[in-house]
Amino acid sequence: MSDYNFAYLDEQTKRMIRRAILKGLAIPGYQVPFASREMPMPYGWGTGGVQVTAACLTPDDTLKVIDQGADDTTNAVSIRRFFEKTAAVGVTQATTQASVIQTRHRIPEEPLNEDQILVYQVPIPEPLRFLEPRETETRKMHALEEYGLIHVKLFEDISQHGQIATAYAYPVKVEGRYVMDPSPIPRFDNPKMEMAAIQLFGAGREQRIYAIPPYTQVVSLDFDDYPFEASKAEGACALCAADHTYLDEVIVDDDGGRMFVCSDTDYCESRRQAGHVGAQGTPMGKDAA
Amino acid sequence: MQLSALSGGFGNAAQQSATAFRAIMNVMARPGMIETLDGAVPPKGLSTAAGSLLLTLCDPETKLHLAGDLDSQPIRDWLTFHTGAPFVPAPLADFALGAWDDLLPLTQYAIGTDQYPDRAATLIVELPALTQSGTTLTGPGIKDQAQLSLPALEPFQSNAALFPLGCDFFFTSGDKIAALPRSTKPETPPCM
Repeated sequence: MSDYNFAYLDEQTKRMIRRAILKGLAIPGYQVPFASREMPMPYGWGTGGVQVTAACLTPDDTLKVIDQGADDTTNAVSIRRFFEKTAAVGVTQATTQASVIQTRHRIPEEPLNEDQILVYQVPIPEPLRFLEPRETETRKMHALEEYGLIHVKLFEDISQHGQIATAYAYPVKVEGRYVMDPSPIPRFDNPKMEMAAIQLFGAGREQRIYAIPPYTQVVSLDFDDYPFEASKAEGACALCAADHTYLDEVIVDDDGGRMFVCSDTDYCESRRQAGHVGAQGTPMGKDAA
Repeated sequence: MQLSALSGGFGNAAQQSATAFRAIMNVMARPGMIETLDGAVPPKGLSTAAGSLLLTLCDPETKLHLAGDLDSQPIRDWLTFHTGAPFVPAPLADFALGAWDDLLPLTQYAIGTDQYPDRAATLIVELPALTQSGTTLTGPGIKDQAQLSLPALEPFQSNAALFPLGCDFFFTSGDKIAALPRSTKPETPPCM
């Protein structure tokens, strides 16, 4: 612990990130440029989220890290260990016990409260980037509130597929002004973004930070005749029988066998502990897992 | 420079500024909320909250404007030693510090540009008192509505009308801090 400055980054870097976070909160949905640092992990592994977390962790925090809803995948485990080592903070896998949650591509199923902070890892923060590759142009489009192109993209979805086929990173409009990329969360999670917790977004490679204060209006873009729908796989979790959670498809054998399970591992486990048993599940305590 | 300028900083900068930033972020994310902010022991005339805020956010990269009575040699010396922030006139400032009347007019501060609205000044307003009463606030970060004792109404309404441009405000009094980002819409209470 004493070999590192608290939370790894030097103080001047943290001040720079903190100033960017404050401007991000003051202009919800606007991408604030920041001088992203090299972190001891490759770009694409959550360096933006890690820098934002490092700048807002306090010694009293309890950190939870999830990767696609799971606490026990490589990315989540390594980031959790990183902060255990460099900031000596407590860690947890329980959503309700965490004060700071860093996430890759999911929002926990359990609603967050006012004392929590949700930090997203963002690969491409610019929602218009795949439609207009030039930063100089997308910046003008945001300045002029010129968002016709993104509606054309959704319209092309409908003309090709008969419905809006964008299933993740579904664009949202924040407080009626900025169109924002919610990071590649499934669109099932979009309605949860109007929450009580502070939401911070960090894109390390792209050097952008943005934020959504609590209770901010976040509207998923749609059309009157094709309204937004928070979709998920049909059916219920095979382990905990939940039919209201986002499900992952898991291939279980070479013959096309598959099962659907909750993507949020902590939520699924707490349901199983509460006695819910899915079609392929066994009551908690009777199996090895 | 007086020796007193050398004391009163954070004893443990990394952890104290982290704790201080949490309070600062909370008030900016929830306009109307009042938090305790301490840690620094600034020279006479500068509140604990404003001193701690400046130590947490300012460094040689942030241009600072001191207005009115707060532009004194002891305060300049203290801020120079602890932050290294350069002192500039109001139109160039990233951060401006002063009593409300000394900071006016608001039109002299940077409000950002269409493409970079973040390049706007943050004003730190020292107030004699800070209470959750008076002007009604609505907007991002506020569940239904909030109340905060703003020193004025019209300048903040004009600032909010500039959104997404405009200045952002911190209000400090003793060891208390609150904030008013440009996204918040201040209104007079309908019936008093």
